[in-house]
Amino acid sequence: MPILVFVESAEGKIKKTSLEAVAYAHAMGGPVTAIALGAAEKSELENLGKYGAQKVLHASDEKLNQGIIQAYAEVLVKALQDENADVLVLANSSLGTPVAARVAARTGASLATNVVSLPETASGFVVKKSIYTGKAFSFVELSNKKKVIALKKNAAELKEVGGAAQVTPYTVQLPDALFAVKILSSEKATGEVLLPEANIVVSGGRGMKGPEHWGMLEGLAKTLHAATGCSKPVSDMGWRPHHEHVGQTGVKVAPQLYIAVGISGAIQHLAGVNSSKCIVVINKDAEAPFFKAADYGIVGDAFEIIPKLTEAIKAAK
Amino acid sequence: MKILVCITHVPDTTSKINFKDNNTRFDTTGVQFIIGPYDDYALARAIEIKEASGATVTVLNVGPADTEPTIRKALAIGADDAIRVNAEPTDSFFVASQIAEHAKAGGFDLILMGRESIDYNSGVVHSIVGEMLGIPSVSPVMKLDLDGTKAKLAREIEGGKEYLEVNLPFVAGCQEPIAEWKIPNMRGIMSARTKPLKVVEPKTAESGVKTQKFELPPPKGAVKMIPADNVPELVNLLKNEARVL
Ligand SMILES: Cc1cc2nc3c(=O)[nH]c(=O)nc-3n(C[C@H](O)[C@H](O)[C@H](O)COP(=O)(O)OP(=O)(O)OC[C@H]3O[C@@H](n4cnc5c(N)ncnc54)[C@H](O)[C@@H]3O)c2cc1C
Repeated sequence: MPILVFVESAEGKIKKTSLEAVAYAHAMGGPVTAIALGAAEKSELENLGKYGAQKVLHASDEKLNQGIIQAYAEVLVKALQDENADVLVLANSSLGTPVAARVAARTGASLATNVVSLPETASGFVVKKSIYTGKAFSFVELSNKKKVIALKKNAAELKEVGGAAQVTPYTVQLPDALFAVKILSSEKATGEVLLPEANIVVSGGRGMKGPEHWGMLEGLAKTLHAATGCSKPVSDMGWRPHHEHVGQTGVKVAPQLYIAVGISGAIQHLAGVNSSKCIVVINKDAEAPFFKAADYGIVGDAFEIIPKLTEAIKAAK
Repeated sequence: MKILVCITHVPDTTSKINFKDNNTRFDTTGVQFIIGPYDDYALARAIEIKEASGATVTVLNVGPADTEPTIRKALAIGADDAIRVNAEPTDSFFVASQIAEHAKAGGFDLILMGRESIDYNSGVVHSIVGEMLGIPSVSPVMKLDLDGTKAKLAREIEGGKEYLEVNLPFVAGCQEPIAEWKIPNMRGIMSARTKPLKVVEPKTAESGVKTQKFELPPPKGAVKMIPADNVPELVNLLKNEARVL
Protein backbone atom coordinates (compact mmCIF):
# COMPACT_ATOMS: atom_id res chain seq x y z
CA MET A 1 0.00 0.00 0.00
CA PRO A 2 1.62 3.32 -0.97
CA ILE A 3 2.25 6.04 1.62
CA LEU A 4 1.64 9.65 0.62
CA VAL A 5 4.03 12.29 1.98
CA PHE A 6 3.25 15.99 1.81
CA VAL A 7 6.46 18.02 1.41
CA GLU A 8 6.90 21.75 2.01
CA SER A 9 9.61 24.04 0.80
CA ALA A 10 11.04 27.28 2.14
CA GLU A 11 13.02 29.69 -0.03
CA GLY A 12 13.07 27.18 -2.90
CA LYS A 13 14.45 24.28 -0.84
CA ILE A 14 12.51 21.32 0.51
CA LYS A 15 12.41 21.69 4.30
CA LYS A 16 14.56 19.29 6.29
CA THR A 17 11.54 18.23 8.31
CA SER A 18 9.81 17.25 5.05
CA LEU A 19 12.84 15.17 4.04
CA GLU A 20 12.48 13.47 7.42
CA ALA A 21 8.83 12.76 6.60
CA VAL A 22 9.90 11.04 3.36
CA ALA A 23 12.56 9.05 5.24
CA TYR A 24 9.96 8.11 7.87
CA ALA A 25 7.52 6.80 5.25
CA HIS A 26 10.34 4.87 3.58
CA ALA A 27 11.32 3.32 6.91
CA MET A 28 7.65 2.32 7.41
CA GLY A 29 8.02 0.18 4.33
CA GLY A 30 6.75 2.50 1.58
CA PRO A 31 6.36 2.60 -1.44
CA VAL A 32 6.48 6.36 -1.03
CA THR A 33 4.74 8.94 -3.19
CA ALA A 34 5.64 12.50 -2.24
CA ILE A 35 3.49 15.47 -3.18
CA ALA A 36 4.48 19.14 -3.42
CA LEU A 37 2.00 21.99 -3.86
CA GLY A 38 2.60 25.34 -5.54
CA ALA A 39 5.91 26.55 -6.95
CA ALA A 40 8.82 24.13 -6.42
CA GLU A 41 12.17 23.45 -8.08
CA LYS A 42 12.18 20.30 -10.19
CA SER A 43 15.69 19.33 -9.05
CA GLU A 44 14.61 19.62 -5.41
CA LEU A 45 11.65 17.33 -6.08
CA GLU A 46 13.78 14.76 -7.91
CA ASN A 47 16.13 14.84 -4.96
CA LEU A 48 13.36 13.37 -2.76
CA GLY A 49 14.23 10.04 -4.38
CA LYS A 50 17.41 9.99 -2.33
CA TYR A 51 15.41 9.65 0.87
CA GLY A 52 13.05 7.04 -0.47
CA ALA A 53 10.35 8.67 -2.62
CA GLN A 54 9.65 6.57 -5.68
CA LYS A 55 7.38 9.08 -7.27
CA VAL A 56 6.75 12.78 -6.76
CA LEU A 57 3.49 14.49 -7.66
CA HIS A 58 3.72 18.20 -8.30
CA ALA A 59 0.48 20.19 -8.09
CA SER A 60 1.89 23.38 -9.56
CA ASP A 61 -1.38 25.34 -9.99
CA GLU A 62 -0.37 28.88 -9.11
CA LYS A 63 -3.40 29.21 -6.86
CA LEU A 64 -1.42 26.89 -4.56
CA ASN A 65 1.58 29.20 -4.31
CA GLN A 66 0.10 30.52 -1.10
CA GLY A 67 -0.45 28.04 1.71
CA ILE A 68 -4.25 28.05 1.87
CA ILE A 69 -5.15 25.27 4.28
CA GLN A 70 -8.56 24.27 2.91
CA ALA A 71 -7.21 24.12 -0.64
CA TYR A 72 -4.18 22.09 0.41
CA ALA A 73 -6.41 19.64 2.29
CA GLU A 74 -8.56 19.23 -0.82
CA VAL A 75 -5.54 18.35 -2.98
CA LEU A 76 -4.23 15.84 -0.44
CA VAL A 77 -7.60 14.13 -0.01
CA LYS A 78 -7.78 13.73 -3.78
CA ALA A 79 -4.19 12.49 -4.03
CA LEU A 80 -4.80 9.85 -1.33
CA GLN A 81 -7.69 8.55 -3.43
CA ASP A 82 -5.83 8.67 -6.73
CA GLU A 83 -2.75 6.97 -5.29
CA ASN A 84 -4.86 4.45 -3.46
CA ALA A 85 -2.95 5.38 -0.31
CA ASP A 86 -4.24 4.85 3.24
CA VAL A 87 -1.51 6.71 5.08
CA LEU A 88 -0.47 10.36 4.89
CA VAL A 89 2.79 11.45 6.55
CA LEU A 90 3.90 15.06 6.92
CA ALA A 91 5.90 17.36 9.18
CA ASN A 92 4.25 19.41 11.94
CA SER A 93 4.27 23.06 10.91
CA SER A 94 2.00 26.09 10.75
CA LEU A 95 0.75 24.68 7.44
CA GLY A 96 1.23 20.92 7.83
CA THR A 97 -0.58 20.46 11.15
CA PRO A 98 -3.90 22.14 10.22
CA VAL A 99 -3.84 20.43 6.82
CA ALA A 100 -3.31 17.07 8.55
CA ALA A 101 -6.29 17.77 10.82
CA ARG A 102 -8.61 18.59 7.95
CA VAL A 103 -7.53 15.63 5.84
CA ALA A 104 -8.06 13.28 8.80
CA ALA A 105 -11.51 14.73 9.56
CA ARG A 106 -12.52 14.45 5.92
CA THR A 107 -11.28 10.92 5.30
CA GLY A 108 -12.12 9.42 8.69
CA ALA A 109 -8.46 8.72 9.42
CA SER A 110 -6.88 8.12 12.82
CA LEU A 111 -4.76 11.21 13.48
CA ALA A 112 -1.59 11.72 15.49
CA THR A 113 0.54 14.88 15.64
CA ASN A 114 3.92 15.52 17.34
CA VAL A 115 4.97 11.95 16.55
CA VAL A 116 8.59 11.32 17.55
CA SER A 117 9.42 7.82 16.34
CA LEU A 118 8.51 5.07 13.92
CA PRO A 119 5.37 3.02 14.64
CA GLU A 120 5.49 -0.21 16.58
CA THR A 121 3.40 -2.75 14.74
CA ALA A 122 3.81 -5.87 16.91
CA SER A 123 0.21 -5.54 18.15
CA GLY A 124 -1.74 -2.87 16.31
CA PHE A 125 -0.19 0.32 14.98
CA VAL A 126 1.25 2.37 17.83
CA VAL A 127 3.08 5.69 17.58
CA LYS A 128 4.93 7.64 20.26
CA LYS A 129 3.92 11.28 20.70
CA SER A 130 5.42 14.17 22.59
CA ILE A 131 2.92 15.59 25.11
CA TYR A 132 2.85 17.99 28.08
CA THR A 133 5.05 20.33 26.07
CA GLY A 134 7.96 17.91 25.90
CA LYS A 135 7.64 16.83 29.55
CA ALA A 136 6.23 13.37 28.68
CA PHE A 137 5.35 10.96 25.89
CA SER A 138 2.29 8.94 25.08
CA PHE A 139 1.88 5.73 23.09
CA VAL A 140 -1.17 5.97 20.90
CA GLU A 141 -2.83 3.27 18.91
CA LEU A 142 -4.17 4.34 15.52
CA SER A 143 -6.78 1.73 14.69
CA ASN A 144 -8.52 3.05 11.57
CA LYS A 145 -7.36 1.75 8.21
CA LYS A 146 -6.64 5.32 7.15
CA LYS A 147 -4.03 7.20 9.15
CA VAL A 148 -2.59 10.70 9.16
CA ILE A 149 0.75 11.11 10.94
CA ALA A 150 2.34 14.51 11.62
CA LEU A 151 5.95 14.36 12.73
CA LYS A 152 7.94 16.38 15.18
CA LYS A 153 11.46 17.37 14.14
CA ASN A 154 14.04 14.52 14.30
CA ALA A 155 11.38 11.77 14.12
CA ALA A 156 13.36 9.96 11.43
CA GLU A 157 17.00 9.76 10.50
CA LEU A 158 18.01 11.05 7.07
CA LYS A 159 19.75 8.31 5.11
CA GLU A 160 20.37 8.25 1.39
CA VAL A 161 18.66 5.20 -0.03
CA GLY A 162 18.04 5.93 -3.71
CA GLY A 163 18.52 8.11 -6.75
CA ALA A 164 16.41 10.73 -8.47
CA ALA A 165 12.64 10.35 -8.23
CA GLN A 166 10.33 10.74 -11.17
CA VAL A 167 8.29 13.95 -11.03
CA THR A 168 4.75 13.90 -12.42
CA PRO A 169 2.48 16.93 -12.80
CA TYR A 170 -0.72 16.68 -10.78
CA THR A 171 -3.89 18.67 -11.32
CA VAL A 172 -6.94 19.05 -9.12
CA GLN A 173 -10.09 21.13 -9.61
CA LEU A 174 -9.95 23.95 -7.09
CA PRO A 175 -13.31 25.67 -6.59
CA ASP A 176 -13.21 29.26 -5.30
CA ALA A 177 -14.95 28.23 -2.07
CA LEU A 178 -11.66 26.68 -0.94
CA PHE A 179 -10.06 30.11 -0.94
CA ALA A 180 -12.33 31.71 1.67
CA VAL A 181 -9.27 32.75 3.68
CA LYS A 182 -7.35 35.46 1.81
CA ILE A 183 -3.68 36.02 2.50
CA LEU A 184 -3.21 39.77 2.14
CA SER A 185 0.51 39.86 2.81
CA SER A 186 3.23 38.17 4.79
CA GLU A 187 6.43 39.13 6.57
CA LYS A 188 9.13 36.57 6.69
CA ALA A 189 12.72 36.69 7.82
CA THR A 190 14.82 35.80 4.78
CA GLY A 191 18.33 34.48 4.59
CA GLU A 192 18.29 33.68 8.30
CA VAL A 193 18.26 30.23 9.82
CA LEU A 194 14.65 29.54 10.83
CA LEU A 195 14.23 28.85 14.53
CA PRO A 196 12.03 25.72 14.35
CA GLU A 197 14.41 24.07 11.87
CA ALA A 198 17.75 25.19 13.31
CA ASN A 199 20.44 22.77 14.46
CA ILE A 200 21.88 25.35 16.82
CA VAL A 201 19.95 28.05 18.68
CA VAL A 202 21.44 31.03 20.53
CA SER A 203 18.82 32.44 22.87
CA GLY A 204 18.83 35.55 25.06
CA GLY A 205 16.80 36.54 28.10
CA ARG A 206 16.16 39.58 30.23
CA GLY A 207 19.78 39.32 31.40
CA MET A 208 20.78 40.81 28.03
CA LYS A 209 19.48 44.13 29.40
CA GLY A 210 18.12 45.57 26.14
CA PRO A 211 17.68 45.10 22.39
CA GLU A 212 20.84 47.13 21.73
CA HIS A 213 22.92 44.21 23.05
CA TRP A 214 21.55 41.65 20.61
CA GLY A 215 24.31 42.31 18.06
CA MET A 216 26.56 40.24 20.30
CA LEU A 217 24.23 37.25 20.24
CA GLU A 218 23.68 37.60 16.51
CA GLY A 219 27.44 37.58 16.03
CA LEU A 220 27.69 34.34 17.99
CA ALA A 221 24.73 32.88 16.06
CA LYS A 222 26.31 33.79 12.74
CA THR A 223 29.59 32.11 13.69
CA LEU A 224 27.67 28.94 14.56
CA HIS A 225 25.22 29.18 11.64
CA ALA A 226 22.54 29.26 14.35
CA ALA A 227 19.08 30.79 14.71
CA THR A 228 18.38 33.34 17.45
CA GLY A 229 15.69 32.86 20.08
CA CYS A 230 14.59 34.64 23.24
CA SER A 231 12.54 34.32 26.42
CA LYS A 232 8.93 35.53 26.69
CA PRO A 233 9.59 38.82 28.51
CA VAL A 234 12.08 39.72 25.79
CA SER A 235 9.44 39.41 23.06
CA ASP A 236 6.73 40.91 25.32
CA MET A 237 8.89 44.04 25.72
CA GLY A 238 9.39 44.15 21.97
CA TRP A 239 13.17 43.66 22.13
CA ARG A 240 12.78 40.78 19.66
CA PRO A 241 10.00 39.64 17.28
CA HIS A 242 7.40 37.28 18.66
CA HIS A 243 8.34 34.38 16.36
CA GLU A 244 11.66 34.12 18.23
CA HIS A 245 9.98 33.54 21.61
CA VAL A 246 10.83 30.07 22.88
CA GLY A 247 8.87 28.14 25.51
CA GLN A 248 5.54 26.87 26.68
CA THR A 249 3.65 29.66 24.93
CA GLY A 250 6.13 30.14 22.10
CA VAL A 251 8.21 28.08 19.71
CA LYS A 252 9.24 24.60 20.83
CA VAL A 253 12.71 23.90 19.55
CA ALA A 254 14.65 20.64 19.24
CA PRO A 255 18.15 21.60 18.13
CA GLN A 256 21.43 19.72 18.60
CA LEU A 257 22.66 22.64 20.69
CA TYR A 258 20.74 25.32 22.66
CA ILE A 259 22.79 28.13 24.15
CA ALA A 260 20.86 30.15 26.74
CA VAL A 261 22.31 33.51 27.75
CA GLY A 262 20.85 35.54 30.61
CA ILE A 263 17.75 33.35 30.87
CA SER A 264 16.79 32.20 34.36
CA GLY A 265 15.25 28.90 33.25
CA ALA A 266 11.63 29.22 34.37
CA ILE A 267 9.73 25.98 33.91
CA GLN A 268 7.68 27.60 31.11
CA HIS A 269 10.85 28.42 29.21
CA LEU A 270 12.29 24.93 29.75
CA ALA A 271 9.12 23.44 28.25
CA GLY A 272 10.20 24.82 24.87
CA VAL A 273 13.79 23.56 24.98
CA ASN A 274 13.65 20.19 26.71
CA SER A 275 13.91 18.28 23.41
CA SER A 276 17.34 19.83 22.71
CA LYS A 277 20.21 17.35 22.53
CA CYS A 278 22.67 19.57 24.40
CA ILE A 279 22.03 22.69 26.49
CA VAL A 280 24.61 25.32 27.44
CA VAL A 281 23.67 27.91 30.05
CA ILE A 282 25.51 31.18 30.60
CA ASN A 283 24.23 33.13 33.60
CA LYS A 284 25.83 35.36 36.20
CA ASP A 285 23.79 33.79 38.97
CA ALA A 286 25.13 30.36 40.01
CA GLU A 287 21.69 29.60 41.50
CA ALA A 288 19.78 30.14 38.26
CA PRO A 289 17.41 27.15 37.85
CA PHE A 290 18.46 26.72 34.22
CA PHE A 291 21.75 25.12 35.33
CA LYS A 292 19.77 22.11 36.60
CA ALA A 293 18.50 21.48 33.08
CA ALA A 294 21.84 22.14 31.39
CA ASP A 295 24.60 19.87 30.09
CA TYR A 296 27.28 22.57 30.34
CA GLY A 297 27.28 25.81 32.27
CA ILE A 298 29.35 28.91 32.82
CA VAL A 299 28.71 31.27 35.71
CA GLY A 300 29.67 34.70 34.46
CA ASP A 301 28.69 37.98 32.88
CA ALA A 302 27.21 37.47 29.42
CA PHE A 303 28.84 40.64 28.16
CA GLU A 304 32.28 39.19 28.89
CA ILE A 305 31.61 35.54 28.01
CA ILE A 306 29.85 35.95 24.65
CA PRO A 307 32.68 37.75 22.81
CA LYS A 308 35.15 35.19 24.20
CA LEU A 309 32.94 32.31 23.12
CA THR A 310 32.57 33.73 19.61
CA GLU A 311 36.35 34.08 19.37
CA ALA A 312 36.97 30.57 20.71
CA ILE A 313 34.59 29.08 18.15
CA LYS A 314 36.25 30.96 15.31
CA ALA A 315 39.64 29.78 16.55
CA ALA A 316 38.50 26.15 16.75
CA LYS A 317 37.23 26.09 13.15
CA MET B 1 -22.58 38.82 17.68
CA LYS B 2 -22.37 35.41 19.34
CA ILE B 3 -18.96 34.12 20.32
CA LEU B 4 -18.16 30.59 21.47
CA VAL B 5 -14.92 30.18 23.43
CA CYS B 6 -13.73 26.62 23.98
CA ILE B 7 -11.53 26.14 27.02
CA THR B 8 -9.40 23.31 28.33
CA HIS B 9 -8.87 22.46 31.99
CA VAL B 10 -5.16 21.67 32.23
CA PRO B 11 -2.33 21.38 34.78
CA ASP B 12 -0.75 24.70 35.76
CA THR B 13 2.38 25.39 33.67
CA THR B 14 4.65 24.83 36.68
CA SER B 15 3.28 21.32 37.37
CA LYS B 16 5.52 18.31 37.66
CA ILE B 17 4.14 15.67 35.34
CA ASN B 18 3.70 12.18 36.79
CA PHE B 19 1.65 9.12 35.90
CA LYS B 20 0.03 6.39 37.96
CA ASP B 21 -1.65 2.99 37.54
CA ASN B 22 1.25 1.52 35.62
CA ASN B 23 1.72 4.68 33.56
CA THR B 24 -1.80 4.60 32.20
CA ARG B 25 -3.24 7.67 33.98
CA PHE B 26 -2.15 11.19 34.75
CA ASP B 27 -1.41 11.67 38.45
CA THR B 28 -3.30 14.73 39.68
CA THR B 29 -1.73 14.65 43.15
CA GLY B 30 -0.66 18.18 44.09
CA VAL B 31 -1.54 19.53 40.64
CA GLN B 32 -3.41 22.83 40.25
CA PHE B 33 -5.66 23.12 37.24
CA ILE B 34 -6.08 26.26 35.15
CA ILE B 35 -7.75 27.48 31.98
CA GLY B 36 -5.28 26.58 29.21
CA PRO B 37 -3.03 29.63 28.70
CA TYR B 38 -3.82 29.81 24.98
CA ASP B 39 -7.55 29.44 25.68
CA ASP B 40 -7.18 32.24 28.22
CA TYR B 41 -5.94 34.50 25.40
CA ALA B 42 -8.96 33.50 23.28
CA LEU B 43 -11.30 34.27 26.18
CA ALA B 44 -9.63 37.62 26.85
CA ARG B 45 -10.06 38.65 23.19
CA ALA B 46 -13.73 37.58 23.24
CA ILE B 47 -14.35 39.73 26.33
CA GLU B 48 -12.58 42.68 24.70
CA ILE B 49 -14.87 42.35 21.67
CA LYS B 50 -17.88 42.12 23.95
CA GLU B 51 -16.83 45.25 25.83
CA ALA B 52 -16.02 47.21 22.68
CA SER B 53 -18.98 46.38 20.48
CA GLY B 54 -21.38 44.11 22.31
CA ALA B 55 -21.51 40.33 22.06
CA THR B 56 -22.59 37.34 24.06
CA VAL B 57 -19.78 35.02 25.04
CA THR B 58 -20.49 31.36 25.72
CA VAL B 59 -17.73 29.11 27.06
CA LEU B 60 -17.65 25.42 26.35
CA ASN B 61 -15.59 22.73 28.03
CA VAL B 62 -15.57 19.03 27.41
CA GLY B 63 -14.78 17.52 30.78
CA PRO B 64 -16.05 15.75 33.89
CA ALA B 65 -17.64 17.63 36.83
CA ASP B 66 -14.30 18.56 38.41
CA THR B 67 -13.65 21.09 35.62
CA GLU B 68 -16.50 23.30 36.88
CA PRO B 69 -14.28 25.63 38.99
CA THR B 70 -12.27 26.32 35.81
CA ILE B 71 -15.48 27.05 33.90
CA ARG B 72 -16.70 29.35 36.70
CA LYS B 73 -13.42 31.23 36.43
CA ALA B 74 -14.13 31.87 32.74
CA LEU B 75 -17.58 33.15 33.73
CA ALA B 76 -15.94 35.37 36.36
CA ILE B 77 -13.65 36.81 33.70
CA GLY B 78 -16.76 37.88 31.81
CA ALA B 79 -18.35 35.09 29.77
CA ASP B 80 -22.16 35.12 29.88
CA ASP B 81 -22.98 31.44 30.06
CA ALA B 82 -21.34 28.05 29.81
CA ILE B 83 -21.80 24.55 28.51
CA ARG B 84 -20.03 21.54 29.98
CA VAL B 85 -20.10 18.42 27.87
CA ASN B 86 -19.94 15.72 30.49
CA ALA B 87 -17.15 13.44 29.24
CA GLU B 88 -13.41 12.83 29.50
CA PRO B 89 -11.74 14.73 26.66
CA THR B 90 -10.00 11.61 25.38
CA ASP B 91 -8.81 12.78 21.99
CA SER B 92 -8.97 15.67 19.54
CA PHE B 93 -11.57 14.17 17.23
CA PHE B 94 -13.94 13.42 20.09
CA VAL B 95 -13.60 16.92 21.55
CA ALA B 96 -13.96 18.56 18.13
CA SER B 97 -17.12 16.55 17.48
CA GLN B 98 -18.70 17.88 20.69
CA ILE B 99 -17.70 21.47 19.88
CA ALA B 100 -19.00 21.20 16.31
CA GLU B 101 -22.34 19.89 17.57
CA HIS B 102 -22.90 22.88 19.88
CA ALA B 103 -21.38 25.40 17.49
CA LYS B 104 -23.88 24.34 14.85
CA ALA B 105 -26.85 24.41 17.20
CA GLY B 106 -25.89 27.78 18.72
CA GLY B 107 -25.39 29.70 15.47
CA PHE B 108 -22.14 31.34 16.58
CA ASP B 109 -20.43 34.00 14.46
CA LEU B 110 -17.02 33.35 15.90
CA ILE B 111 -15.52 30.23 17.49
CA LEU B 112 -12.36 30.89 19.47
CA MET B 113 -10.05 28.55 21.33
CA GLY B 114 -6.34 28.23 22.09
CA ARG B 115 -3.89 27.16 19.39
CA GLU B 116 -3.35 23.93 21.36
CA SER B 117 -4.02 22.47 24.78
CA ILE B 118 -0.93 22.34 26.98
CA ASP B 119 -1.51 18.73 28.01
CA TYR B 120 -1.81 16.89 24.70
CA ASN B 121 -0.44 19.71 22.50
CA SER B 122 -2.06 18.26 19.38
CA GLY B 123 -3.04 21.66 17.97
CA VAL B 124 -5.74 20.29 15.69
CA VAL B 125 -9.14 20.80 17.36
CA HIS B 126 -9.80 24.18 15.67
CA SER B 127 -9.04 22.73 12.24
CA ILE B 128 -11.21 19.65 12.77
CA VAL B 129 -14.10 21.83 13.98
CA GLY B 130 -13.67 24.02 10.88
CA GLU B 131 -13.74 20.97 8.65
CA MET B 132 -16.80 19.51 10.39
CA LEU B 133 -18.70 22.79 10.06
CA GLY B 134 -17.46 23.50 6.55
CA ILE B 135 -16.04 26.89 7.56
CA PRO B 136 -12.51 28.34 7.57
CA SER B 137 -10.15 27.87 10.51
CA VAL B 138 -7.03 29.88 11.21
CA SER B 139 -4.31 29.19 13.79
CA PRO B 140 -2.21 30.44 15.52
CA VAL B 141 -3.90 33.84 15.47
CA MET B 142 -1.95 36.69 17.12
CA LYS B 143 -4.29 39.52 16.12
CA LEU B 144 -8.01 39.55 15.40
CA ASP B 145 -9.98 42.63 14.41
CA LEU B 146 -13.60 42.54 13.34
CA ASP B 147 -14.85 44.73 10.54
CA GLY B 148 -18.58 44.12 10.02
CA THR B 149 -18.99 40.60 8.68
CA LYS B 150 -15.27 40.28 8.00
CA ALA B 151 -12.21 39.86 10.17
CA LYS B 152 -8.61 40.83 9.68
CA LEU B 153 -6.15 38.45 11.27
CA ALA B 154 -2.44 38.00 11.78
CA ARG B 155 -1.20 34.43 11.94
CA GLU B 156 2.25 33.32 13.07
CA ILE B 157 4.21 31.24 10.58
CA GLU B 158 7.76 29.89 10.83
CA GLY B 159 10.00 32.95 10.94
CA GLY B 160 7.27 35.52 10.48
CA LYS B 161 3.62 36.47 10.11
CA GLU B 162 0.82 36.28 7.61
CA TYR B 163 -1.95 38.89 7.38
CA LEU B 164 -5.30 37.39 6.45
CA GLU B 165 -8.87 38.35 5.75
CA VAL B 166 -11.83 36.04 6.25
CA ASN B 167 -15.61 36.31 6.44
CA LEU B 168 -17.55 35.26 9.53
CA PRO B 169 -18.20 32.64 10.74
CA PHE B 170 -14.81 31.01 11.25
CA VAL B 171 -12.76 29.21 13.86
CA ALA B 172 -9.58 30.70 15.33
CA GLY B 173 -6.87 29.04 17.41
CA CYS B 174 -5.42 31.90 19.45
CA GLN B 175 -2.08 32.80 21.01
CA GLU B 176 -0.40 35.91 22.36
CA PRO B 177 -0.33 38.83 21.76
CA ILE B 178 -3.98 38.68 20.68
CA ALA B 179 -5.03 40.13 24.06
CA GLU B 180 -3.78 40.43 27.62
CA TRP B 181 -4.82 37.71 30.04
CA LYS B 182 -7.67 38.95 32.27
CA ILE B 183 -7.88 38.43 36.02
CA PRO B 184 -11.39 38.12 37.46
CA ASN B 185 -12.44 40.86 39.88
CA MET B 186 -14.64 40.46 42.96
CA ARG B 187 -17.81 41.46 41.12
CA GLY B 188 -17.04 38.98 38.36
CA ILE B 189 -16.48 36.19 40.86
CA MET B 190 -19.77 36.95 42.65
CA SER B 191 -21.82 37.11 39.46
CA ALA B 192 -20.20 33.94 38.05
CA ARG B 193 -21.91 31.89 40.75
CA THR B 194 -25.33 32.49 39.28
CA LYS B 195 -24.53 32.54 35.57
CA PRO B 196 -26.04 29.59 33.66
CA LEU B 197 -23.84 26.51 33.33
CA LYS B 198 -25.58 23.85 31.31
CA VAL B 199 -24.40 20.25 31.55
CA VAL B 200 -25.04 18.07 28.52
CA GLU B 201 -24.19 14.51 27.65
CA PRO B 202 -21.74 13.89 24.78
CA LYS B 203 -22.61 12.60 21.35
CA THR B 204 -20.76 9.48 20.30
CA ALA B 205 -17.72 10.00 18.10
CA GLU B 206 -15.33 7.23 17.11
CA SER B 207 -11.84 8.53 16.40
CA GLY B 208 -9.78 5.36 16.04
CA VAL B 209 -7.21 6.85 18.41
CA LYS B 210 -6.48 5.27 21.79
CA THR B 211 -3.81 6.21 24.31
CA GLN B 212 -2.26 3.02 25.69
CA LYS B 213 0.32 4.34 28.12
CA PHE B 214 2.52 7.27 29.09
CA GLU B 215 6.24 7.64 29.61
CA LEU B 216 8.54 10.23 31.17
CA PRO B 217 11.78 11.20 29.46
CA PRO B 218 14.97 9.77 31.00
CA PRO B 219 16.38 11.98 33.78
CA LYS B 220 18.97 14.54 32.76
CA GLY B 221 22.62 13.91 33.74
CA ALA B 222 24.46 16.38 35.97
CA VAL B 223 25.60 19.70 34.54
CA LYS B 224 29.32 20.15 33.87
CA MET B 225 30.51 23.60 34.95
CA ILE B 226 33.29 25.38 33.08
CA PRO B 227 35.19 28.24 34.74
CA ALA B 228 34.46 31.67 33.25
CA ASP B 229 38.14 32.22 32.51
CA ASN B 230 38.38 29.08 30.36
CA VAL B 231 35.78 29.60 27.63
CA PRO B 232 37.80 27.64 24.99
CA GLU B 233 37.29 24.53 27.15
CA LEU B 234 33.52 24.83 26.55
CA VAL B 235 34.13 24.81 22.80
CA ASN B 236 36.40 21.80 23.17
CA LEU B 237 33.73 19.88 25.13
CA LEU B 238 30.97 20.78 22.67
CA LYS B 239 33.15 19.58 19.83
CA ASN B 240 34.77 16.49 21.23
CA GLU B 241 32.51 15.29 24.05
CA ALA B 242 28.96 16.33 23.14
CA ARG B 243 29.80 16.32 19.39
CA VAL B 244 27.33 19.06 18.59
CA LEU B 245 29.67 21.50 16.81
C1 LIG C 1 1.40 30.62 31.59
C2 LIG C 1 2.80 31.13 31.41
C3 LIG C 1 3.45 30.85 30.22
C4 LIG C 1 4.76 31.29 30.02
N1 LIG C 1 5.38 30.97 28.84
C5 LIG C 1 6.69 31.30 28.68
C6 LIG C 1 7.40 30.93 27.50
O1 LIG C 1 6.83 30.34 26.57
N2 LIG C 1 8.69 31.26 27.39
C7 LIG C 1 9.37 31.94 28.37
O2 LIG C 1 10.57 32.21 28.21
N3 LIG C 1 8.72 32.32 29.48
C8 LIG C 1 7.40 32.02 29.66
N4 LIG C 1 6.75 32.43 30.79
C9 LIG C 1 7.47 33.36 31.71
C10 LIG C 1 8.43 32.65 32.64
O3 LIG C 1 7.72 32.26 33.79
C11 LIG C 1 9.58 33.58 33.05
O4 LIG C 1 9.05 34.76 33.61
C12 LIG C 1 10.51 33.98 31.91
O5 LIG C 1 10.93 32.84 31.19
C13 LIG C 1 11.72 34.71 32.45
O6 LIG C 1 12.48 35.22 31.39
P1 LIG C 1 14.04 35.49 31.56
O7 LIG C 1 14.72 34.26 31.99
O8 LIG C 1 14.53 36.15 30.32
O9 LIG C 1 14.08 36.63 32.68
P2 LIG C 1 14.48 36.54 34.22
O10 LIG C 1 13.74 35.47 34.91
O11 LIG C 1 14.40 37.92 34.72
O12 LIG C 1 15.97 36.07 34.18
C14 LIG C 1 17.06 36.86 33.76
C15 LIG C 1 18.31 36.05 34.03
O13 LIG C 1 19.43 36.75 33.50
C16 LIG C 1 20.51 36.62 34.39
N5 LIG C 1 21.40 37.76 34.15
C17 LIG C 1 21.19 39.07 34.44
N6 LIG C 1 22.24 39.80 34.03
C18 LIG C 1 23.12 38.96 33.46
C19 LIG C 1 24.41 39.12 32.87
N7 LIG C 1 24.97 40.31 32.75
N8 LIG C 1 25.02 38.01 32.41
C20 LIG C 1 24.46 36.78 32.52
N9 LIG C 1 23.26 36.57 33.09
C21 LIG C 1 22.61 37.65 33.55
C22 LIG C 1 19.87 36.62 35.77
O14 LIG C 1 20.73 35.98 36.71
C23 LIG C 1 18.59 35.84 35.51
O15 LIG C 1 18.79 34.45 35.75
C24 LIG C 1 5.44 32.02 31.02
C25 LIG C 1 4.78 32.29 32.21
C26 LIG C 1 3.48 31.86 32.42
C27 LIG C 1 2.81 32.16 33.71
